[in-house]
Amino acid sequence: MASVTLASITKKFGDTIAVDNVSIDVADGEFMVLLGPSGCGKSTLLRMIAGLEDPTSGDVLIGTHRVNDLLPKERDVAMVFQSYALYPHKTVQANIEFPLKVRGVSVADRAKQAKDAAELLELTDYLKRKPGQLSGGQRQRVALARAIVRQPAVFCMDEPLSNLDAKLRGETRAELVALHQRLKTTFVYVTHDQVEAMTMGSRIAVMSKGVLQQIGTPQEVYAKPATTFVATFLGTPPMNIFPAGSLEPGAMLVGVRPEHLTIAADGGVEATVVLVEQLGHEIHVVCALSNGTKVIVRRPADDDNLPQDGDVVHLQAWAHRRHHFDPDTGMRVDTE
Amino acid sequence: MNSRKRRDLGTAAMMLLPSLAILSAFVLYPLGRAVWMGQQRCNAVTKVCRSSGWGQYLDVLQSSQFQNALVVTVKFVLLTVPVGLFLGVVLAVLADKAIRGIGFFRTVFTSTIATSVAVASLMWLFLLQPSIGVLTNVPFLVKLFPVIKNPGLLQDSGTALSAAAASSVWANLGFTFVLVTAGLQSIPRDLYESAFVDGAGGFRRFTNVTLPLLSPVLLFSSVVLTSRAFQAYGEFDLLTGGGPKPQFSTTTVTYLAYGTGTSIGGDDGLKSTIAILLFVILLILSAAQFRGFGKRVEYGN
Repeated sequence: MASVTLASITKKFGDTIAVDNVSIDVADGEFMVLLGPSGCGKSTLLRMIAGLEDPTSGDVLIGTHRVNDLLPKERDVAMVFQSYALYPHKTVQANIEFPLKVRGVSVADRAKQAKDAAELLELTDYLKRKPGQLSGGQRQRVALARAIVRQPAVFCMDEPLSNLDAKLRGETRAELVALHQRLKTTFVYVTHDQVEAMTMGSRIAVMSKGVLQQIGTPQEVYAKPATTFVATFLGTPPMNIFPAGSLEPGAMLVGVRPEHLTIAADGGVEATVVLVEQLGHEIHVVCALSNGTKVIVRRPADDDNLPQDGDVVHLQAWAHRRHHFDPDTGMRVDTE
Repeated sequence: MNSRKRRDLGTAAMMLLPSLAILSAFVLYPLGRAVWMGQQRCNAVTKVCRSSGWGQYLDVLQSSQFQNALVVTVKFVLLTVPVGLFLGVVLAVLADKAIRGIGFFRTVFTSTIATSVAVASLMWLFLLQPSIGVLTNVPFLVKLFPVIKNPGLLQDSGTALSAAAASSVWANLGFTFVLVTAGLQSIPRDLYESAFVDGAGGFRRFTNVTLPLLSPVLLFSSVVLTSRAFQAYGEFDLLTGGGPKPQFSTTTVTYLAYGTGTSIGGDDGLKSTIAILLFVILLILSAAQFRGFGKRVEYGN
């Protein structure tokens, strides 16, 4: 058990800045999610915690120890890879035991600890099989078992669910949260999937282009996005950003979530309906403002007063659900 | 069979015809003819052949000339295949690093693929030549191994086979190197990183990740190298001429069948007998290699 501190981390690959001066404190036992689109530097950041990459500048601390110069094995971290990285020639049991074997744990202790880990992840029936004979979900659990068998201080997970189908991903999400609560160990979890971030993280760190955009609980990040990037990255469909002066007077961009827009007979902003999307549980009305900006309005599935394609409608935004952003920096501006 | 199936069969037969024709003309017919020739004796000068009965296969198999040649061949295989495989893996692993200028070394290591046996053998001939060769001009080597100068590595019956083997290993190194390099590059990086995070050092990563995941490539290379070594001819033709005589220390089965100055002379019938026997031996050997190692080879998911 240990906290993880990233202090002013910068990582350059040649002239490319993959991670730009990022500082994050992960508390002991916290489930920290690094969220962002591909190429935003979140995986690089995780790999620096695990010791697979060296930061160009800045410090990585695990607990109170600076680990920049330590090998991965000296850092007491375990990593779960997107591909699971199981050894195809070893049985499930040998895969799980591998980290212990490397550490010179005796055969009997190895078998016992592997059995415990396998039990926790319901793999007991598969110990003698090879990874090629397992389903995607089972392989993923073997990778988890191999990580937990060492009882590391920190778990690093690099998109561990993205190779699973949608149904299994949902189930495994819940299992991972349960596992975290049971182990009470620090998790650092990288994903590009906002649903995973929202449902699993104690806190979310949102990154874009190597820069940390915002860090906070899922509720904070959703309710008070710090930048237009966070506002439009989280939420399905994403937050609408109205150009300055369109929804209300002033020089600020105005962000409104689709559920906080209403279609009125008059007043508000004039827009043309482009598309009405029927999703079953809800309806998305896609409109275009006069300058071409797309705006999405969320309507309940049983709405029987829907506009048609090509209709001109008036959009009104809830007064207390407006987010203001600086048009130059994209930063949140709180007016009150 | 309904009409559609019959029509499909006709199309299939038409598509197969070209390859069947080529296969028949260049593989099946020559093979059949060689098997037929193998029970004949031929006059070396007049080329008139007459049947000597199928027992000839057994007679040749039991003859001391064939058995000696087989022993020489097996020695040659044992000298070339393990060393060639080992060196190929070592070079490929060394060159499998993302460092500046590695492309140059990869090119150098691969270059022997583009070198014909004739060129390679001539190079080695110049290298090993006892009076003006390169090795003979290195005094301390000659002091250590006088055989280099007198009578010469290729001229001494004790070292001739090893010297020819060295040339063959060198000539086949590019082939092994390319295969193993391709095999190495197909191993997912994640596996190495996972082992690294779990605390495995370089040697352990090699034995736990590299070797097992290379095993299909290693099996394939060993089968191909073995069959190549069994069929090696150019080296002996150019370097030793099957000699030194009278021990015939480098007369392999292939050389016995095709080379000049062997004990069977120019008898095309006996040559065919030997060729077919070699074919059968290689067939059995390759099957045994695939069966024996096949179970231990990890083809992945």
